[in-house]
Amino acid sequence: MTNSPLLDISNLQVEFKLKNGVVRAVDNVSFQVDRGEFLAIVGESGCGKSVTALSIMKLLPKRVAEIKSDYVKFDGQDLTNFSETEMRKIRGCRMSMIFQEPMTSLNPVLTIGDQLTEPLITHLEMNAEEATKRAVELLNMVGIPEPQKRLSQYPHQFSGGMRQRVMIAIGLACEPDLIIADEPTTALDVTIQAQILELLKDICSRMGVAVIMITHNLGVVAAYADKVNVMYAARIVEKGKASEIFASPSHPYTIGLLRSVPRMDKKRGGRLATIDGLPPNLMAPPSGCRFQPRCPMSTDACSEVPFLSNRKGSSKHSVACFYSEDALKKGSSIYVSDKEIFEPINVKKQAPLLSVRSLKQHFGVSFRSGWLSSISGTVKAVDDVSFDVYPGETVGLVGESGCGKTSVGRAILHLNLPTGGQLEFNSKDLNESSIALVRQDMQVIFQDPFSSLNPRMTIGEILEEPLKVHNIVTETDARFERVGQLLTKVGLYAYMRDRYPHELSGGQRQRVGIARALCMEPKLIICDEPVSALDVSVQAQIINLLEDLQRELGIAYLFIAHDLAVVKHISHKVIVMYLGKIMEIGDGETIYQEPKHPYTKALLDAAPIPDPKIERNRKKIILKGELPSPLNPPRGCVFSSRCNLATDDCKEIIPKLINFSKDQSVACIKVEEVN
Amino acid sequence: MSETIPNQSDNAKRENIKPSRRNVFDFIRQQPLGSVGIVLIFVLMLGAIFAQQIAPFNPEDVDFEASPAFGGGAPSLAHPLGADAFGRDILSRLIYGARTALSIGFLSAFFGCSIGAIIGTSSAFFGGRVDLLVQRFIDLMLSFPIIVLAIIVIAIFPKTVIFGVDVNVIVAIAIPFIPKTARVIRSQALAVVTLPYVDAARTNGFSSVRIIFRHILPNVTAPFLILITAFIGQAILLEASLSYLGLGVVEPTPSWGLMLSGVNTDYYRTAPWMIIYPGLAVSIAVFSFNLFGDSLRDWLDPKLKL
Repeated sequence: MTNSPLLDISNLQVEFKLKNGVVRAVDNVSFQVDRGEFLAIVGESGCGKSVTALSIMKLLPKRVAEIKSDYVKFDGQDLTNFSETEMRKIRGCRMSMIFQEPMTSLNPVLTIGDQLTEPLITHLEMNAEEATKRAVELLNMVGIPEPQKRLSQYPHQFSGGMRQRVMIAIGLACEPDLIIADEPTTALDVTIQAQILELLKDICSRMGVAVIMITHNLGVVAAYADKVNVMYAARIVEKGKASEIFASPSHPYTIGLLRSVPRMDKKRGGRLATIDGLPPNLMAPPSGCRFQPRCPMSTDACSEVPFLSNRKGSSKHSVACFYSEDALKKGSSIYVSDKEIFEPINVKKQAPLLSVRSLKQHFGVSFRSGWLSSISGTVKAVDDVSFDVYPGETVGLVGESGCGKTSVGRAILHLNLPTGGQLEFNSKDLNESSIALVRQDMQVIFQDPFSSLNPRMTIGEILEEPLKVHNIVTETDARFERVGQLLTKVGLYAYMRDRYPHELSGGQRQRVGIARALCMEPKLIICDEPVSALDVSVQAQIINLLEDLQRELGIAYLFIAHDLAVVKHISHKVIVMYLGKIMEIGDGETIYQEPKHPYTKALLDAAPIPDPKIERNRKKIILKGELPSPLNPPRGCVFSSRCNLATDDCKEIIPKLINFSKDQSVACIKVEEVN
Repeated sequence: MSETIPNQSDNAKRENIKPSRRNVFDFIRQQPLGSVGIVLIFVLMLGAIFAQQIAPFNPEDVDFEASPAFGGGAPSLAHPLGADAFGRDILSRLIYGARTALSIGFLSAFFGCSIGAIIGTSSAFFGGRVDLLVQRFIDLMLSFPIIVLAIIVIAIFPKTVIFGVDVNVIVAIAIPFIPKTARVIRSQALAVVTLPYVDAARTNGFSSVRIIFRHILPNVTAPFLILITAFIGQAILLEASLSYLGLGVVEPTPSWGLMLSGVNTDYYRTAPWMIIYPGLAVSIAVFSFNLFGDSLRDWLDPKLKL
């Protein structure tokens, strides 16, 4: 028995019966997981990753989902015909699941202790006392301080990262053989992501637990996975050992996925490879190879269905493509021709377009602490931030969530009135009254493509409105023309003007958002996490579009993002923020090559690089702890509470930004000493 | 340049048709209950408009022989739904009563809700001190019983009748709806105000009026429609209450509310038809407006278009 795989799935197929048709969300999926193995399932959203996982656990609603398979063997037992009662004995006990959203996957009205002891009492039939003892052990194991005290607390008293630790503890409670983690760190910051994944990997390898991790983050896969399944449109298109897949990706889709992610360890410049178009609608998938409509290598032969077959010389690495050897040889050149790789845009230094001087955005907050008492305080969301943006330049603003990046953008746009400091745009002072005059020159692109367009207006109406209101184009026909041009410019079609936002995909909506920003011909666009809600292939399309527009129109961007690789790819200058303050600012290339501030270093270390060879040999500093409460930040250097180099001085002295070299300034009193 | 989306270029031509305008048949297919509501409302409206042609009697004609006081009044061939204490034909009074009910119900609910919605969204949009003041004023309004509020309004304004409609009664009924609507709409608008498309409108330099009317109000239509349809029913009942107090519609003008009150209630044991049919009329009217409101909300939501 020990030699047989822990989980063996053959020909799994899941169909959803919907009102207007049948969707086959998982199609002929077969794979195996050995004991203690770390398998990653990767692919874009909607390709069947989560459904695969849920169907193994039989957690799909029976009414609409029909699961068929030759067999799903778990530890030698075939689960296909297991009843609900039998499955319940396996779920949570021998097989458990960790979900994406730590904020909603714990029950808010039960204490952590209740939720942790529940599986112990039901599955292992422990009594309350034993269960509590075990729960304390578990919390200790997942690195939660003072576990005894924490047991009686409720989920809202834990941070996101802590909750995900609790989820892992619950998952591990009965010492299962398999843990399925569905995007366990997608909702978390990079530094927390690194902590959680290290923990998961460490515990699972110690306890011999197999992990199936569903993710879209290739960096995470490179760092932790033993085996990888790449899924596309309900099918597995490539599977094998992580090292093989990353070293010799042979399916055009895998190649596309790998090349469309900006790399932190590569020099800046050139376009990202993009897979054109969108994943197919599974209600009516293309016949034959499902990737064929998007594949640059497709031929007539691709109208046949390619089956997974082993690559020559490897029994583990299999690909579902007729031209896999060819694809492997050509690599990313199937997506980007050499002509398209050009030098990054150079910025001519002139007078700054936007200059921000000691910007402050403080929010007064008060909340009830007892029946009649309340606590009030100030959150310094942005505190003494100064920088310049030159015409045609991209300035990247990075940091963990809650560090004030978005507040900087909103203060510049006067969406929230800044509480202090000076803003100058085009050498004009910006204040509450003068902002109206420069509105047209300063636009914004938002993160969430779903809520950034008014659902009650058609795309045409959305794009036309500013032209009409500001009398830029007064004639109806000319406006019609103009809207068509704008849509074409952002890679959409003119006929889409009659559509409503919900009729477009996320990427298309983001393009409309960009078109709306462009229609006033602005000089500066503030991009607030414009690609973080998008799939990687679409993300690459949008980044390329932004770069093309900059090249063509000379627009400056203030690019706010938490994805370090994306920021590195697009930015000339980078600003690293932590708790409302700038930690490091300077030339992008320099900062990424030689980070000087301990926080920048930790941030860069936490972001995984999608290449197992490099990723697994990196020496990393993993940042401990979490962002302190902004209501009560550390005195002195705000980073001192998490810095591994902090001394008593750091806790007293507020560091100033000091020029370290020509194009790099650092706010750390130890910068000379450390570097 | 990979700007185009090749996958879609094939589909492009196929999809390059304007999404077909949805017609009445689609509505009936997708919203059967709502259609029933519409039909009922339609019948009521027809009755109201063509009351003169349909009604067998003049609603104000008194025929004491047909009164239950003299042993008559039971539903018969002459009076299908019976007659009231004054021997007036109930069917005719119901048909004429639809006029009063619909005009007062619809107009007061519409004006009350519209003003309330504008106050609610503005309050949410401006926030801060404006919001605080508006909300406290609304608290104040809500602290008055509806009837008291209506009496105050009627006492203050002189009686005005335009096109045979008593404006005073409409205003009196509409005003209590304003704070209620404003409350509900404000809570919805608060969520909309924080959405990026409102921020986008602000960064585009649009005026507050434009943002409120073009970007926020259309996105709170769902609760607005629900409220309107619910309030039409309430307004019909309120009208009856006011009439009962002698402040609304006055006898002998036919009104469902009046038929449910006054001397007619003395006969509910011996002549139950006097209460049952007006009661049914009110219930059916309220019910059909609610059905219609629900399906209208689904229908108007572009996200639910099939």
